[in-house]
Amino acid sequence: MKTTLKFTAAAAVVLAVGACASKPEPVEQVEEQAPVEVVDNTPTVTEPVDTKPVGPTGPVAGSLEDFRVNVGERVYFDLNGYRLDSDDQEILKRQAAWLEAYPAVRILVAGNCDERGTREYNLALGERRASIVKDYLVSLGVNPSRIDTISYGKERPIAAGSDEQAWALNRNGFTQLVSGTTS
Amino acid sequence: MTRILTMLMLAVFMPLSLALPAAAQLQVRVDEGNFKPTPLAIPDFEVRGENAEMAQDIADVVRADLESTGLFDIQNPASFIQKDLSIDVQPRFPDWRIIQTEGLVVGAYEELPDGKIAVSFRLWDVYGGEVMRINGQPGRRLTTTPDNWRRIAHKIADSIYTRLTGEDPYFDTRIVYIAETGPKTERVKRLAIMDSDGANQQYLTPGTNTVLTPRFSPSAQEITYMSYEGGRPRVYLFNIETGRQELLGNFPGMTFAPRFSRDGQSVLLTQAQGGNSEIYLMNLRTRQSRRLTDHPAIDTSPSMSPDGRAIVFTSDRGGSPQLYIMNTDGSPRTCPSGGRDVACRITFNKGQYSTPVWSPRGDLVAFTKQLGGRFYIGVIGIDGKGERLLTEAYLDEGPDWSPNGRVIIYFRESRPGAGPELWSVDLSGRNERRVPTQTDASDPAWSPLLE
Repeated sequence: MKTTLKFTAAAAVVLAVGACASKPEPVEQVEEQAPVEVVDNTPTVTEPVDTKPVGPTGPVAGSLEDFRVNVGERVYFDLNGYRLDSDDQEILKRQAAWLEAYPAVRILVAGNCDERGTREYNLALGERRASIVKDYLVSLGVNPSRIDTISYGKERPIAAGSDEQAWALNRNGFTQLVSGTTS
Repeated sequence: MTRILTMLMLAVFMPLSLALPAAAQLQVRVDEGNFKPTPLAIPDFEVRGENAEMAQDIADVVRADLESTGLFDIQNPASFIQKDLSIDVQPRFPDWRIIQTEGLVVGAYEELPDGKIAVSFRLWDVYGGEVMRINGQPGRRLTTTPDNWRRIAHKIADSIYTRLTGEDPYFDTRIVYIAETGPKTERVKRLAIMDSDGANQQYLTPGTNTVLTPRFSPSAQEITYMSYEGGRPRVYLFNIETGRQELLGNFPGMTFAPRFSRDGQSVLLTQAQGGNSEIYLMNLRTRQSRRLTDHPAIDTSPSMSPDGRAIVFTSDRGGSPQLYIMNTDGSPRTCPSGGRDVACRITFNKGQYSTPVWSPRGDLVAFTKQLGGRFYIGVIGIDGKGERLLTEAYLDEGPDWSPNGRVIIYFRESRPGAGPELWSVDLSGRNERRVPTQTDASDPAWSPLLE
C-alpha cells in the first residue's frame, strides 16, 4: 500500500513537471519521456519534499503542492536564451495571480543553465534569466520586495542526464516559495 | 654546521669544474616541431644517513617531475652500467654514452646532526663530458627539515628543468581546485589544495556551501573564490595559513569570477544585478572598487595582463560569448580590426569563447572554446592572431597557466556523464596528461612559484 501511495505522489509530480515543460521544441519530448530520476531529484536541493499523497480533493490551497501542481514553478529557456515565450508568460501569469491570492508568500527566483556552457558565463546568464522572470512578475503587479533572485549557473541541474532532454530541463527559471505558504 | 658543510661542498666542487672545458652544452628545445624526448638518467642518490627510503623517495619525485614535462625520457636504472657513482667523482662518460644518456643527474642524500636533511646534486652533460653549472655553480645543495622533503625534490627538478630548457621553473608550486563529490543534482563542492604533482591533498572548506573558481594571489598565501555562503553567491578571500575567510566588498546582487591583479594589490571581479554583469577592480587596501566595463551585455571572467595595463574578458555584446581586451584605465585601444575602441574583440573564428586567462609572459590568452558540441582549450595572441587549439573533449574548460607560461591546467569531462578531472597540456599541444586528484575535480588554478 505504501508503495502504491508513493508511486501516486511521484506520478503527480511527473505531471507537474510535464505541465511546466510545455514549450514546442525540445521540451515536448520531455513531457512524454520525463525520466523518473528527474522527479526524485527535483525537490531535494532547494526545497523540502512534500511526501503527502495527493488526495481526491487535490493539494491544499496556498500550499507548495498547490503552487507546483496548479501553477507551475519553472519556466524553460532556449539554448543560450533568456526570452520568455508565450508558454513561459502563461506560467508566470498564473504565478502572479497565485502570489496575489497569497500575499504573505515570498519567493526566490533562481536562474539555472545547462552544463554546455562555461561556469562563469553561466553564472551571469543565470542571473539574467532570474532577473527576467522577476521583472515579468513585477510587471504583472507582484511587489518586487517579495522577490529575491539568485543565479546557480550550471550548479543546480534538476535532470542528471547529459542529453538534449536533460539540458532543456536544466535551462530554467525556478520560482521557489520561501515563506508564507499554507501547509 | 650547515654553513660549514656547504663550504666543504663548494670546496669539493670547485677544482672539478675548473678542470672542465666550456663547450656547446646539452640544450633541450621545448618548441621543436620534430620532437623527441631527451634521454636523462637519474640513478638513486648516494645515501649518507639512515633513511635510505627518503633518499629513494626524493629521487622518485625528481624523476616523476621531469618525466611529467614530456620533454625527457627518464631512463630505466636497470640499463645503467656504472654502479659506483659518487657526487665527488666524475662519471665514466663512455658507460653512459653506450646507453645513449644525454643528461646524467648524480645526487647525494645526507642526514645532518641538527636533524635536517640535505640533498646535493650535479647535472652532467654526457656527450659534452662536463658538468652543467647551475647559477654559476658546478652543483647545488639544498637543506631542509625532513617533513619538507618533497619541496627539496621539486626544487631539484626545477633546477634541472630550468638548466636544460632555459624555461623558468614550475614544479615547486601548488594547485588549488574544487573537489566534487555526490550525484550531479546534489553536488558537494569543496575548496581543495595540493602540490603541483598531486601530493599533499587537503580540503580547505567543509562542503556545506558550494564554492567555485578559486584563484591564487601572487604571494600564494591567499585564494580568492566564490561561495554560496548564507545563500548568497559572493566573492571571498581565503587565507591559506590561518584558514580565515573574508567577504570581499559589499556589493548589491551577486559577485563572482574573481581573479587577483598581477601585483596582488587588487581583485578583479564581476558584479551582477538586474540582469546585467559588469567587471570591477577592487583595491584590497582601500576596499574602493572601480567599474571597468559599462555595457548592458554580459561582461565577466576578467584576467589582467602582466603589466597591469589591460584586461581580457568574456562578453556577449556581439551576440555570443567572445573575448575582448580593454585598458584598465578605460582609455581607447587600437583594435585588431583597425579601429579604436574602449574594448576590442580578439576572437573572430567560428564558435563561442570564454574563460580567458592572460599568459604570464603577456603574449597569449588561454581560453575555452565551444564549437559543434565540443569544447576546446586553446591560445590566441593578444592581437587576435595565431589561434591554436590544444585540446578537445566533450567538455574541456577553465584553463590556467603554470607560472612559467609553459603548461596549461584545465578540467575535462571526457564523455557525457563522466565526472570532471584535472588535466594539463604543454603549450605546444603535446603531453596531455591527467593530474591526479582523490575526487572529481574542477576549476584548477596554479600558484606562483613558492618562496
